[in-house]
Amino acid sequence: MLLPWPAPGPDTYRFPMHTTARLRRLLLFPFQGAGRPVSFLVTGVLVQLGVLFVASLPWLLFLPVLDPAGQLLLAVFIPFTAIVLAGPLLTEVQRGRFRTRLDVAIPSPYAGQRPRLPEWLRSRAGHRQLRYHLLDGPLLALTGSFTLLAWVVAGTATSIYLWIWLVPLDWRVDHPGYYTWAAYVTAAGLALLHIARLSTDALSRLDTRTATVLLGPSREEQLARRVEDLTESRTGLVDAVDAERRRIERDLHDGAQQRLVSLAVNLGLAKATLTDLPEEARKVIGEAHREAKEAIEELSGLVRGLHPAVLEDRGLDPALSGIAARAPIPVRVKVDLPSRPSPTIEAVAYFVVSEALTNVVKHAEASSAEVTVERFGTTLLVVISDDGVGGAEPTGGTGLAGLAKRVASVDGTLSVDSPVGGPTVITVELPCVP
Amino acid sequence: MRAVIAEDSVLLRVGVVKVLEMAGFEVVAEVGDGEALLTAVEEHRPDIAVVDVRMPPGFTDEGVRAALVIRQQWPKTAVLLLSQYVEERYAADLLSANTSSIGYLLKQRVADVEEFVDALRRVAAGGTALDPQVVSQLLVRRHSGPLDRLTPREREVLELMAGGRSNAGIAGQLVVSESAVAKHINNIFAKLDLPKADADHRRVLAVLSFLGVA
Repeated sequence: MLLPWPAPGPDTYRFPMHTTARLRRLLLFPFQGAGRPVSFLVTGVLVQLGVLFVASLPWLLFLPVLDPAGQLLLAVFIPFTAIVLAGPLLTEVQRGRFRTRLDVAIPSPYAGQRPRLPEWLRSRAGHRQLRYHLLDGPLLALTGSFTLLAWVVAGTATSIYLWIWLVPLDWRVDHPGYYTWAAYVTAAGLALLHIARLSTDALSRLDTRTATVLLGPSREEQLARRVEDLTESRTGLVDAVDAERRRIERDLHDGAQQRLVSLAVNLGLAKATLTDLPEEARKVIGEAHREAKEAIEELSGLVRGLHPAVLEDRGLDPALSGIAARAPIPVRVKVDLPSRPSPTIEAVAYFVVSEALTNVVKHAEASSAEVTVERFGTTLLVVISDDGVGGAEPTGGTGLAGLAKRVASVDGTLSVDSPVGGPTVITVELPCVP
Repeated sequence: MRAVIAEDSVLLRVGVVKVLEMAGFEVVAEVGDGEALLTAVEEHRPDIAVVDVRMPPGFTDEGVRAALVIRQQWPKTAVLLLSQYVEERYAADLLSANTSSIGYLLKQRVADVEEFVDALRRVAAGGTALDPQVVSQLLVRRHSGPLDRLTPREREVLELMAGGRSNAGIAGQLVVSESAVAKHINNIFAKLDLPKADADHRRVLAVLSFLGVA
């Protein structure tokens, strides 16, 4: 089908509409969304004027009655001291200005409570803030006041016809050609409006960037705080995982395990009492009984792997003895702790020993092993040694890498000394609050 | 024979009651905590009390404490403790206070009905029954001493002795003759420097030395 060209439709008339829209956008640009940055500049100038006024009060009041040395003191020393002392307050005022005018949240440079004035004065954050209040802030406010002036001038120039209309009629008669002249002024005003707007935005951005650096935390402080936050959240996570393991252990113990034991008891009773059943039926019962007992063993193993009840109830000593007793080689356990470490640290120590002994049995061809747990100050020292063939690689697929990760999750260290030919000594240091 | 049972898990309690009844015990009281157990024992004076270690209100060692009281106040009542896991200190506490009429088994052993009944009868008759797991865990503690002089076979025999088995029981378990067991036991007595007294007493001493509580 042939279409007439150009195709009829709204597109045909797009060009003139487009021009109108552009023109409107051009004229409105200086004002759209200008309220907030302009009020930001205004408040910035007002704050600085306020500071200037307060700082110069003594100067204005007492200057005439003092000698030159006293005048210098008043003119320089007192205003400076006043600003320094008011520094923390000014910082709060400025942060409030950014927050309310620009929706910019400048993070507090302090990790916790704001430091007291003497510490604040000595701190790097304090020095940066003073720099803003004494140098950058006033300079920005000065530039800001020029920009505000530009707004006023541009506004006046753009509305020149209004002002002409307001003056007495004979002025117009006395100035022939004012009509053309006023058109130039209006155009210049419009241009200046654009400049004022651009300058306002640029100044807001510059102030934001400066204040973020000077009033907020430095990169170093940010990283330090980030590390602090991450450490805290990681500790929380590790603790939560641990608590969850304990909860699952409890649920399994109170639920499935009891039920299985009860099932096995019933099957055992059936096996013992139903002696007159046919051979085949008795075989089936016997089989079921054996399987129920195996399921109990498997579930106990699973529960032990999660978080053994003995660890929670009685602590590391009996829990580790339990592991040692189940190991197929003789394992000596020596636990010497004046008090119990935190549950998380206990859990990590337990799993380190459990995994390490599994490794010893699997890979070391050892005839015996030894486990010692002691506390030195704020360090829990766990040493697992064996008399096996050695050659264990911390990075190899022997489960040691997983152990190291678990240890690192609580800021502990794990070192493996395992020369080829043995013996292997695994030393784990865990932080623990006495 | 009359029995009292203290166990807070209802499922397990029902199971143990069934096993006791099958074995010909008369269950005169079923309770759920240590206080109630002592009251029941005082009232009924049973031949044996089957006691869970971990009971309300504290869920720690209520059963062990009650067992020590029972053995002291009513020596004619034997006590068989059931535990979810091995705590060798409990075993040591119990055995250093008593060398007879006491047992310490893991809960899951109840499922091995015949063996559990054996242990029940042994304890009720004044003997001991220790879980193999308890025995091997106590062994971990033995660092050095006269026990190191034992051969692996003699050690095995001693472990079974500690578990409360008779010579015939040990012979059955190890698939050897009873006279071979007797020979091993004599070697054990000699190696542990035990005084020549009556055989039962030496047996107890050997076991205690093995468990490190003597």
